Amino acid sequence: MVEGAQLSPEEIQFQERIDAGIKIEPKDYMPEGYRKTLIRQISQHAHSEIVGQLPEGNWITRAPTLKRKAIALAKVQDEAGHGLYLYSAVETLGVTREQTIEDLLAGKAKYSSIFNYPTLTWADMGAIGWLVDGSAIINQIPICRCSYGPYARAMVRICKEETFHMRQGFEIMMTLCRGTPAQKAMAQDALNRWWWPSLMMHGPSDAESTHSAQSIRWKIKLFSNDELRQKFVDQTVPQAEYLGLKIPDPDLKWNAERGHYDFGKIDWDEFYNVIKGNGPCNRERLRARIAAHEEGSWVRSAAAAHAEKRAKRKAA
Amino acid sequence: MNDWPLWEIFIRSQHGLAHKHVGSLHAPDAEMAVKNARDVYTRRNEGVSIWVVKSCDIAASSPGEKEPLFEPANSKVYRHPGFYEVPEEVKNM
Amino acid sequence: MHDQARFEYLLRLGDNCLILSQRLSEWCGHGPVLEEDIALTNVALDLLGHARFWLTCAAEVENAGRDEDQLAYLRDAGEFRNVLLVEQPNGDYAQTTARQFYFDTWHYFLLRELKNSSDSRVAEIAEKAVKEVTYHLERSSAWVIRLGDGTEESHGRMQRSIDDLWVYTGELFEPDAIDVEMRERDIGADLESLRAPWLEHVQKTLSEATLDAPSAGWMQRGGKRGVHTENLGYILAEMQFLQRAYPGAQW
Repeated sequence: MVEGAQLSPEEIQFQERIDAGIKIEPKDYMPEGYRKTLIRQISQHAHSEIVGQLPEGNWITRAPTLKRKAIALAKVQDEAGHGLYLYSAVETLGVTREQTIEDLLAGKAKYSSIFNYPTLTWADMGAIGWLVDGSAIINQIPICRCSYGPYARAMVRICKEETFHMRQGFEIMMTLCRGTPAQKAMAQDALNRWWWPSLMMHGPSDAESTHSAQSIRWKIKLFSNDELRQKFVDQTVPQAEYLGLKIPDPDLKWNAERGHYDFGKIDWDEFYNVIKGNGPCNRERLRARIAAHEEGSWVRSAAAAHAEKRAKRKAA
Repeated sequence: MNDWPLWEIFIRSQHGLAHKHVGSLHAPDAEMAVKNARDVYTRRNEGVSIWVVKSCDIAASSPGEKEPLFEPANSKVYRHPGFYEVPEEVKNM
Repeated sequence: MHDQARFEYLLRLGDNCLILSQRLSEWCGHGPVLEEDIALTNVALDLLGHARFWLTCAAEVENAGRDEDQLAYLRDAGEFRNVLLVEQPNGDYAQTTARQFYFDTWHYFLLRELKNSSDSRVAEIAEKAVKEVTYHLERSSAWVIRLGDGTEESHGRMQRSIDDLWVYTGELFEPDAIDVEMRERDIGADLESLRAPWLEHVQKTLSEATLDAPSAGWMQRGGKRGVHTENLGYILAEMQFLQRAYPGAQW
C-alpha cells in the first residue's frame, strides 16, 4: 500500500496522533488492522510466556541446589505472571483470555519457536536465561514505548522483572564455566544448541518480514528484526568471551568498518519448519498446555459454581 | 460456566501514595480476586493495600467526549501557580 | 558430641517443608488457571524458604561441616524425617488441595507453639514462617470449601481426596522419644495438644464444604523414623540427580 493512499479522515487523524507520540487507549478509535495486528502480536507474546514456562519448568524439580531451585521457581512463576499481564492487554481489545487460549490450544496461534527446543541439561537453564531472555529483553524494551497504552504498560512491568531472569542465567553459565571440565563442556554444549535459535527469535530478516513496515508506522514495532538481532549479537559476543565459551559460528568476526559483528547465515528453513510444527518439542509443548487446560476445567467450573451459590445465599 | 469474571486491581504502595491501577486478573469472587492480586501483583513488595473492582462495574468517560470534558480546563491557566508573577525580592511563596 | 535429638527434630521440620515444596513445584506451569499457578508457586517458594532455614539450622547443630544442600541432596530416603503425608503424589487438584489443607492446619498450630520455643533460633524461624503459613491455611481452607461446595464433580473428587489422605494424618500427632525430649526441654511442641485445634478447624471447614469428615481408623506411620512410602525414593531420585551424578561440583 502506498503511504497515505486510501486513508479515511479518521485513519489520517489516528496516524497523526501516533506520530505525535500520543498513546492509544482501549476505547479510542483505531483502524481494524491496528487492532488485529495488536491482538495477534500481544497474544503470540502471551502464549510464548506460557509455553515458555515448560522447558524451564522441566528442571525445577532437578535444580542442583536449594538456592537455584528457589530462583528457578520464582523465574518460571514470573513467566506465568507475564502471560497474565499480556492476556489482560489482549482483553482490552475485546478478546477474552478464554478465546485467546482456545486459539493456542487449537493450534491456530503462534508462539516463539524457541520454546519448541528441548532442555537437555542443567546448563540449558543458564543458556535460556542468558540468551533467550537476553534476546527477549532486546526485543521488548522498545515495546515499552509502543503506541498502545495497555501493551506498553504491561511491557514496562515485564521488562523490570526480566532483568533478573537474564542475570540468573548468566550466573549459572559463569558458575559452570568456572567449575569442572564436565560442567564447562555442559555450558559449551548448551551454547551450541541455543545460539542459532536465539538469533531466530528476532524474527525473519527484514526483507522477508510480512508485517514489519506497517507495524513500524503504527509504532507497534520500533526497530526492525535485523537491527534487534545485530544488537543481540553485539551484546552477547563479549559476554561469551568473558565466559571462555566459543560461539558456534565460524563466520563470526568483528567488522571495524561497520562497528558491528558480522555473523553467519541463519538456517531459515529450520526456523520455518519449527514454526510449522516440526520442531523437536512442538507436540509435547502443546499437549502439556492442553492437558493443564482440560484437567483444570472442573476446578474452574467448581470455583465459579461456588461463587454463584454464595452470591445467591447472600442475596437471599 | 467456566469463565471467571475480570477484575481491575489497585495497589497502594508503601510510600503513602493513593491506590494505583496495576492491571487486571480473573477470579470467581472478590475474596479470591484479592488473594490472587496479592500473589500476582505484590510478588516484589509492591504494596500494602489492595482494592479489587469488577471490570464491568467501572463507569468510564468516553473518548468522544474528550474535548467537552477536558478542553475547558485548558483555558483556565489562572489555576496554575505559574500564571502569577512573584517579584524576585519575595521568596518562597 | 552434637545434640542429636535437636538435630533430628530440625530435620523433621525442614524435610516436611522441603518435600512438600518439591511436590508443589511439580505443578509450576501446569496449574488449572494462571492465577492459581502463580499462587501455588508462591506457597512452594514459602515452604522452600522455610526448609532452607530449618536445614541450615540443623547443619549448624550437627556441626559436622554439612550445609543445607548436603542435607537435602546427599541423604538417602531412610535418613529423611518428613511425615508420610507430604510425600504423597499431587494427583488431581483436589488431592493436592486436601494434602495441603491437612498439612497447613497442622503446620499453623505447630508453628504457633514453636514461636515460644526456648531455642531462640527455632522461635525466630517459627515467628517468620507462621505469617506465611497463616496465608497458606486461609487459602487451602477456602479451596476445600470451594471444591467441596462447588459442582457435583468437584464435590466427589474433594471427598475422595479427603478420605484417601486421612490415613496419613495420625502420624502428625504421635510423639516419639525425640518429640517427648524436645517437649521436655521446651524446644519443641506438644504434638498431642495440637490434635484438638486441628480437628476443630478440619471439621468446621469440611462441614462448610458440605463434606463428610472421615472417622478415626487405622493410621499409617513411619516417616519420622525414616520408613517412608515408595514415593520418596522417586522424589529423591529426581531431586538429587545432579548432585549424585557430579559429586562435589559447585552449581
